[in-house]
Amino acid sequence: MDDTTSKLAFDTDWQYDPAPESTDHVRVDDQYELFIGGEFVAPKEGRYFDSINPANEQVLARIASAGKDDVDRAVKAARKAYETSWSKLKPAERGKYIYRIARVIQERAREFSVIESLDGGKPIRESRDIDIPLAAAHFFYYAGWADKLEYAFPGKQVAALGVAGQIIPWNFPLLMAAWKIAPALACGNTVVLKPAETTPLTALKLAEVIRDAGLPPGVVNIVTGAGDTGAALVDHPDIDKIAFTGSTAVGRLIQNSQAGTSTIYTLELGGKAANIVFDDAAIDQAVEGIVNGIFFNQGHVCCAGSRLLVQESVADEVVQKLKDRMETLIVGDPLDKNTDIGAINSAAQLEKIESYLQLGQDEGGEMYQASGSVPERGYWCRPTLFTGVSQSNRVVQEEIFGPVLAVQTFRTEQEGLDKANNTPYGLSGGVWTDKGAKIFRIAQGLRAGVIWANTFNKFDPASPFGGYKESGVGHEGGLHGLDAYVSLA
Amino acid sequence: MSTPASTLRSPLPRLDLVSRVDQTGVEERVARFCKRSIKKESKVMALKLALSMIDLTTLEGQDTPGKVRQLCQKAIHLHDSMPGLPHVAAVCVYPIMVGVARKALEDQGLAGEIKVASVATAFPSGMSPLNIKLEETKIAIAEGADEIDMVISRGSFLRGDYGYVFDEIAAVRDACGDAHLKVILETGELGTLDCVKRASVLAMHAGADFIKTSTGKIQPAATMPVTLVMLQAIRDYYYETGRQVGMKPAGGISRAKLGIQYLVMLRETLGQAWMTPEWFRFGASSLANDLIMQLKKQQTGVYQSADYFSRD
Repeated sequence: MDDTTSKLAFDTDWQYDPAPESTDHVRVDDQYELFIGGEFVAPKEGRYFDSINPANEQVLARIASAGKDDVDRAVKAARKAYETSWSKLKPAERGKYIYRIARVIQERAREFSVIESLDGGKPIRESRDIDIPLAAAHFFYYAGWADKLEYAFPGKQVAALGVAGQIIPWNFPLLMAAWKIAPALACGNTVVLKPAETTPLTALKLAEVIRDAGLPPGVVNIVTGAGDTGAALVDHPDIDKIAFTGSTAVGRLIQNSQAGTSTIYTLELGGKAANIVFDDAAIDQAVEGIVNGIFFNQGHVCCAGSRLLVQESVADEVVQKLKDRMETLIVGDPLDKNTDIGAINSAAQLEKIESYLQLGQDEGGEMYQASGSVPERGYWCRPTLFTGVSQSNRVVQEEIFGPVLAVQTFRTEQEGLDKANNTPYGLSGGVWTDKGAKIFRIAQGLRAGVIWANTFNKFDPASPFGGYKESGVGHEGGLHGLDAYVSLA
Repeated sequence: MSTPASTLRSPLPRLDLVSRVDQTGVEERVARFCKRSIKKESKVMALKLALSMIDLTTLEGQDTPGKVRQLCQKAIHLHDSMPGLPHVAAVCVYPIMVGVARKALEDQGLAGEIKVASVATAFPSGMSPLNIKLEETKIAIAEGADEIDMVISRGSFLRGDYGYVFDEIAAVRDACGDAHLKVILETGELGTLDCVKRASVLAMHAGADFIKTSTGKIQPAATMPVTLVMLQAIRDYYYETGRQVGMKPAGGISRAKLGIQYLVMLRETLGQAWMTPEWFRFGASSLANDLIMQLKKQQTGVYQSADYFSRD
C-alpha cells in the first residue's frame, strides 16, 4: 500500500447519463394548512413559511405556521378524540386503522419517495429503498401490537397515557413520523405531531393518508412550524407525553421545561459514533460499512459513524481504499437514481458543516475531499474526511451532522474502546472484526445504545433504538418502543 | 522469444495472511452496483464496450472445424447491417481447433487483432500430470494461440498445497512465452469467497496475466460477488506491485443487462485503466447477440426477433 505511484482513475471515459426519477405523478399543492381534528384548517394568525427544495433553492410550497392558539386547538382535538373515540375503541380496531395507514403508504410509496427527496434533498435511492419502506414497516409492526399489549407486558395492566406531543427532525421526515405515530396509536394514545420546518411535506401527505384511512377526527393532528411551535407544544399543560427527536441542545431545553411536571418524555438526541475497524476485519467490506456509516443521508444521521477508529497496522490501507471509494460516490440531483449523496438539507445546515470544515483545518487536521463535481445551485458538500486529528479536536468531539468523517488510529483493543467511549454521546457504534469473541467483548465495552457488528446503519422496526448520556432518554422501536407510550399497573 | 517470466513472478505470499472476505458485505456492495441506472448514450457506449470485450467461446466435444470457422466469422462480423459495431476481443477454443481459428482470422487479415485463446492444461478438470499440461500448452502456442486459459489444480489448492499450485502456474507461465496466460480458478469449486481471494492472490503472484472465474462447465460459473472479490484482489496486487492484471468472468453471463452491471462494478472498483478489452474480458457465447439486440433496440425503439441475429 505504500507504493504511491500506483493510482486508480475513476474519472472514466464511460460515465452514467442522468437517470432522473419522474415527478409527473406527484402533486404538491401551493399551500398547506394545519391538520387539526381531521381536517385542514388555516392558522389563526395567518402566518406561513416556505418549504425549499435544497437541491435548487426553489420554493416547493407555502406551509402554515402554527401559533400557540393553533397548538392549543390541536391538543384539544387530540384530547377530545382520546376521550370520546380512540380510547373506547377495541384494540383490534385500532390495529386495523394502523394497518390501513401502512398499506396506503406502500401503495403510494413512489409518490412519498419523490416528495421526500424534493423536500429534504436525500437521494431517491435512499427514500425509495429505505425511508418509505421502513416507514410502512413501522406502521405494520406496531399495528400488530395494538391488540397484544398484555402479551408485551405480561402480568401488567396496560393503559394508554393520553395525548402525546411529538416533535421530529428533518433528516428522516416520514420515517420519524412513523416511529412516533405508530407506537403511540397502537398503545391507544392520540397525537399532535410537529414536523421539522424544512421538511414538512411528507408529514402533510401522511395527514392526507390518515384522513383517507378514516381515522376518527383528532386522533392524529399535524401542526407545522418552527421552534416556537415546538415550544408551544412542549409547554402545553394538557400533554401527557413528549417524544422528541433532534439536537441535544433542544433536548436539554425540553428536559429543563419538564422538570417538576408529571409529563413523561423520551428524547432521541445527537451522536458521535465510533466505527472501530480491527486489523483482522474484512477490509473491503469494512470500507463499504464506513461509507454507509457516514455518507448515508449526507451524514444527516444521529447514529452516523462519524468517527473512524482504525487499528494502526491497517490504517493506511483503509484510508487509501476509503479515498478510492469516495471518488466513486456521485453527489448531485437527489432525484437521479444514480445519486449517492444528495443535497444538504438547508442553507443553515450547510453553513454549519462548512464552519466545521474550516475549523477542522484550523485545528491542524488534514482534510481530504472527493474530487467529483457538485451542481452550482443548491446546498452541497463533497464527502470529506479528516486525518491527523485526535480526541481533543472539535471535529472529533462535536456532532457535525454532515458527510464529514474524522479518522483516528489505535493500537490496542483497550485504546480503541477508550477513545470510542470518550465522548458525551452514546447513541451507536460499530465494530469490524473476523473474530466473534471480539465482537461480543467490544459490544459489551461500548457505552452506546445500538452496536452494529460488521455492518452499519441497519434499521428494523423490531429493534430498539436509544442512547446513553447526551444521546437521549428512553427507547423507540421494538417492544421497548411500546413502553414509552403506556402506563403499567 | 519468451518473456522473462521471472519478472512477472513474486514469491508465494502467506495466503493465511490475506485479509478476509465477508460474504454479506460483498453481496450488499454488488446490490449497489445493480442499482445503477444506465440509460441513453451511456447504455449504448456500455453495450459496445461489452461487445469488444467478449471472448467468443466454443468448448464442446462436438466442435468441428466448420463450427470454429463460423465462430471466427461471427467474431469479425458481429452484425454487419449495423455499422459502427466493434469486433470481439478473442475467440476461445480447444487446442486442436487453434490452427483452424488462426487461419480463419488470418484469411481476413485480423489475426493478432482478434486474439486466439486456447484452453489448456487438461481443461476443464485439470486432472493430468504437469508434463502433459505443459506439453498441451506448448502445442496450443505452436498452433498459433495468443492466449492460454489454464485451469488450476483445485484439489491441491483445497488441500492447502499452495506451493504445488503456485509452481504449476509458474511452469505454465514459462511455457507460455509471449502468450498471455489466463488462470481459471473455477470458483464454483472453491466453496468460499475467502478461497476465491486466496486463489486470486496466488495466481497473480505466480505470474498470471489474467485471472478468470470459471470454465463454464461447473455451476455456479461467474457471479458478481465472486468477480468483485477478484477485482479487489487485482486492485490490492496492483497497489502492492504496480503490475496490472486482467479479469475475465466466464460462464453464465448471457444478458446485456448483467453485462452492463459487470461494467459498473469494474468501473467503480478498478476504474479507467481496466475499461478496455486488454484488461477485461467476458467469457461468453450468447452474450454477444443480446448486446446486439439491445443496441438495435436503442436505435429503433423496438426489440427484434432473435431470428434476425445470426446464431453461431
